[in-house]
Amino acid sequence: MTTLADRPVDGSDEPGADPPEPARQKSDPYDRDVLPTPKGATRALLRELLRPYRARVWLAAVVLVVQQAAVQVGPLIVAYAIDRAIPALRAHDKGPLIATAVGYLGCALLAGVLQRAFIRLSGTVSQDVLLDLRGRIFRHAQALGLDFHERYTSGRIIARATSDVESFRELLSEGMQELFDVALSVLYIGLVLLYLDWALGLFALATALPLAWVMRSFHRRSRRVYTRRSAAIASVIVRFTETMNGIRPVQAFRRERDNDAAFAELNRTHERANGDAIVEMGRFNVTSWLIANTSVALVVLWGGYRVASGSLELGVLAAFVLYLRRLYGPIDPLGMFLNSWQSAAASLEKIAGLLAQRPSVPEPARPRALPVQSGDRPGRTVAFEGVRFGYRTGGEVLPRFDLSIPAGQTVAVVGATGAGKSTLAKLLCRFYDPTGGRVTLDGVDLRELTVPELRRGVVMVTQESFLFSGTVAENISLGNPDATAAEMETAAKAIGAHDFIAALPDGYDTDVRKRGGRISAGQRQLVAFARALLADPAVLVLDEATSSLDVPSERAVQQAMDTVLHGRTAVIIAHRLSTVEIADRVLVMESGRVVEDGTPAELIDGSGRFAHLHQAWRDSLV
Amino acid sequence: MAGEQGGSEDGQGAARAVARRSAVRSLVRLWPYVRPVSARLFGSAGVAVTASCLALLIPLVLKWMVDGPVAHRDPSGVWLGGGLVLLLGLLEAGLFGVRRWLIARPMAGLEARMRADLYRHLQRLPVAFHDRWGSGQLLSRGTNDLQILRMFLSFPMVFLVVNSSTVLVGFAILLVQRWSLGLMLLVPVVPLVLLCSYFESRYALASRRAQDQTGDLTTLVEESVLGIRIIKAFGRHRSQAEAFRRESHALRGTELRKARLLADLWALITAVPDVALGVALVVGAVQVADDRLSAGTLVAFLSTALALRWPVESLGWLLSMSNEAATAADRYFEVMDTGLPSETAPEPERPDADRPDADRTVRGQDGIRFSGVRFRYPDAPDGTADLLTGIDLHIPTGETLALVGATGSGKTSLTALIPRLYEATAGRITLDGADTARLTREQLRGMVSIAFEEPTLFSASVRDNVLMGAPGASDADLRWALETAQCGFVDALPHGVDTQVGEQGLSLSGGQRQRLALARAVVGRPRFLVLDDPLSALDVHTEALVEGALREVLATTTALVVAHRPSTVLLADRVALLSGGRITAVGTHHQLLADCPEYHHLMSGDTDERSAA
Repeated sequence: MTTLADRPVDGSDEPGADPPEPARQKSDPYDRDVLPTPKGATRALLRELLRPYRARVWLAAVVLVVQQAAVQVGPLIVAYAIDRAIPALRAHDKGPLIATAVGYLGCALLAGVLQRAFIRLSGTVSQDVLLDLRGRIFRHAQALGLDFHERYTSGRIIARATSDVESFRELLSEGMQELFDVALSVLYIGLVLLYLDWALGLFALATALPLAWVMRSFHRRSRRVYTRRSAAIASVIVRFTETMNGIRPVQAFRRERDNDAAFAELNRTHERANGDAIVEMGRFNVTSWLIANTSVALVVLWGGYRVASGSLELGVLAAFVLYLRRLYGPIDPLGMFLNSWQSAAASLEKIAGLLAQRPSVPEPARPRALPVQSGDRPGRTVAFEGVRFGYRTGGEVLPRFDLSIPAGQTVAVVGATGAGKSTLAKLLCRFYDPTGGRVTLDGVDLRELTVPELRRGVVMVTQESFLFSGTVAENISLGNPDATAAEMETAAKAIGAHDFIAALPDGYDTDVRKRGGRISAGQRQLVAFARALLADPAVLVLDEATSSLDVPSERAVQQAMDTVLHGRTAVIIAHRLSTVEIADRVLVMESGRVVEDGTPAELIDGSGRFAHLHQAWRDSLV
Repeated sequence: MAGEQGGSEDGQGAARAVARRSAVRSLVRLWPYVRPVSARLFGSAGVAVTASCLALLIPLVLKWMVDGPVAHRDPSGVWLGGGLVLLLGLLEAGLFGVRRWLIARPMAGLEARMRADLYRHLQRLPVAFHDRWGSGQLLSRGTNDLQILRMFLSFPMVFLVVNSSTVLVGFAILLVQRWSLGLMLLVPVVPLVLLCSYFESRYALASRRAQDQTGDLTTLVEESVLGIRIIKAFGRHRSQAEAFRRESHALRGTELRKARLLADLWALITAVPDVALGVALVVGAVQVADDRLSAGTLVAFLSTALALRWPVESLGWLLSMSNEAATAADRYFEVMDTGLPSETAPEPERPDADRPDADRTVRGQDGIRFSGVRFRYPDAPDGTADLLTGIDLHIPTGETLALVGATGSGKTSLTALIPRLYEATAGRITLDGADTARLTREQLRGMVSIAFEEPTLFSASVRDNVLMGAPGASDADLRWALETAQCGFVDALPHGVDTQVGEQGLSLSGGQRQRLALARAVVGRPRFLVLDDPLSALDVHTEALVEGALREVLATTTALVVAHRPSTVLLADRVALLSGGRITAVGTHHQLLADCPEYHHLMSGDTDERSAA
């Protein structure tokens, strides 16, 4: 009876074919945190993000080109001072010296001013891009269907929106300028060196070849070790978070010592990977510095030899030495840049993968409005017409399902776990779309309704009653943000939540996450009910919404429902038969089919499954 | 990555701003962790200083070459000079390599050691502590802060020493060569470092603000994902997106302020030293022209000045890194300083501690006994009444007692006192005569098994999740427990009992999780069993099956079962009613139904005495 999982279960498509050696389900991309990302999606995302800021990106590039020119011209002026200004001065010509002074100081100031302009400019662009990216991820995650959320897990979405965005931010704010600085300075310095002395310049630039090779090999090797390290830290984080969130069972079942050992293992793996990463970085630095310093020495040697033999001017040699130190200066930052580039690229790919997911429940292209209601009855007619539904991984949960609920009727649905009750509720709320057939509200397919229209039509109270941070009042008014405080209190009173809320330290303004805001599971369900009442929908769906309530509270809720539901259409998924008493009609479901359908009285008096169940339940009562 | 939320954090922030702690004192606290690697750390600092000084020698060799062999057209001298430059360069690079090699692995080890200590400590802190601190807060201490500390120890700390000494030596060289030119370069250094540290401190403020805002944003993302069903059920995507837009705009504002500060800072860092260098160049050129200075000295001077640029610029940055590291150390030790509760209560202080013999005589026979137990949450606001105000209750060995009470009456809190997840504020709880407060937690929790109302599964196989209730139990025990809790669905999972569940594995439904938690509680056939509304998420069919099997388990143990409904109550031999912080009635289900109006009301919902709840 309970062999069918009542929620979609990842990778459960072949329950009979267990491999002998249990392992993670490698076949499912969701398990490996790798979503099918279309080729080039990362690049396309990056282009798309930057497109609105093209003008400013170009402007920033121009600023940087000029700024680097002002920075790199310095040693050239030094050479000029030594080779031209000093001899001129000896000949009592102050002109070149004044030119030197003006040029050097001017460049210094220009470099400073432009540096400032560039940081501001690139800061605005990167912040705008990040704002855009964060918003996209957030809105997209909200738009994606529940089936996606159930498979992808909350932790991963949170990681996409936080740590992955963060590594992209680091690249934008710290890495980008580094890269352009390096590129431009190599370009400028190369040109200047060639201009000063082509032979010595060519020689100096030739040392860039081994350097490039070292960089490439570092890039390749570090990718492996960094992937290893980020995987290692991810397992450390999961273990850590899980332990802290589950501290009650951890302590109650004395897991501390075993956890210490398991954590030590993960921690050691991370320590090793971390050490490897640092060593790898060190190897890169040392090798590049060896190359850099060797080439400086060789330039000094050859240049000095040529100055000594009279074929090179001293100022040129001085400029060479100064330039070479500059050329190799950014080696360390470059290594770091390569790292942040790598992690940002990996992050961006994951983000692109998330954004490439198409919502399984898309908003309609051409929305229709619900027909205007006649009379004062708020309810609407619900119909399932030839609806078929199966979760992506499992078999069909609803084989072929037809059901019509007239406006104003209260229907209770009972059945064992896995009978398809919750699926029915989720289809009615359009958490999922059916694989075949259609679900309609007053004859309009749910797929043709906009979200606000749909939620004026159908609202659901779920079994899990998550509270958002903020006050109790804010949590209730989520149902209808425009409601007044009085309306909210009325809703809370109607459902029997007012008493406990009034007893909280700050009443309705008690922060549910702060001191004294401890709210029990049953109380949270009452808040969820009050929220639904406030929403005032045409169709109300209750999915096992009273499981944590005690009998009187449940009774109070039911009494409230009796008045609240009057004239409204309601579908109540019931674990408990007590709920059935307020229903006009009862459906008994089994394996995705309705096997019994009638008024409570009819079914109880009959001899079917429901009558049997009901008898057993009566017996347990007082 | 953590949401900076919770009252405790606000308080700490304020305290931090008011009483500026000494950064040095905070960092000195790291010594116990640093000591094992101190030889290598000091060694690496020594090596780095040597390497930097070697680099400073290179311009001097240049000077010697320019003024000596080059000026005298002596190619063989050039060879010597070039060779020296090469040697110094290779030594510099090699020594930096040695430095990294010395500390790379020890520092990774230090980070791991600190993290392991934090994890160990946190696991043993009371549940009340974890109520106060979000896991995100703790995680950011265990990851970001430790990374900052490792980075600080292996880089900024060493380079504060190295760069300061490089700057000192470098300026000494400059001053010795030409004190007037040296002074010219020295003049802007002091205001530059001051300005840098001024900007850095404002930047650090903005950074902290940005971190807080990032934390808020994270909280919003977390909640919008965790509460996705509610948001979808009420179609509130747009208002969530609006809130997100507001907060991310606020973050953008702060980030832009950071960028502006950074822009000003870098404008200064770029321009000021170059201006000074320009002045020195012009003055030096004049002196060379007047033959008061050799050309070699000018070249050496300029390249020394250039080599000193980074050490000077970096000082402000290094200081701010140190500040950041001090904050990280504070955050780390803030948690580590929270004392672990003592394992057992001190001997006296308990009201009936005067009958130790009585304890022994009844041991093994007495079951669970609460006497005068009071409780309030440690973080309850002042002025609120105690949640439990004197619980007296006895569950004889072998009996199953149902605990019934209105929503929010403190049933769950009462169960948490038995394995001492929370400590009773007064009174005592004995298990077979042994005062739970005098047992070690290890002993106590070995005797009691508990199933929580909100079942938590860990990222592990079904087998491991269930068997954590009884380490070393056999496969047969596992089977038996799974059958008792009606976990037949396990066999339909892709890998049966070896299927990974939890956050990193399959997501199971509430009912399935609850049944696994029940299996975990019974697998060790514990002497004392506590079940907190163990069947709330089950449908009637499954509930009936679980009840049948559970009855057999309950027959062999002493149990306390929190119950909301008659069907669960019927598992128990007797029922206790919790009301107003006290046990107001004890009896069989039928007795209480007949005699106790409040109980009757709780079980049936009839009657109009709703105020009783």
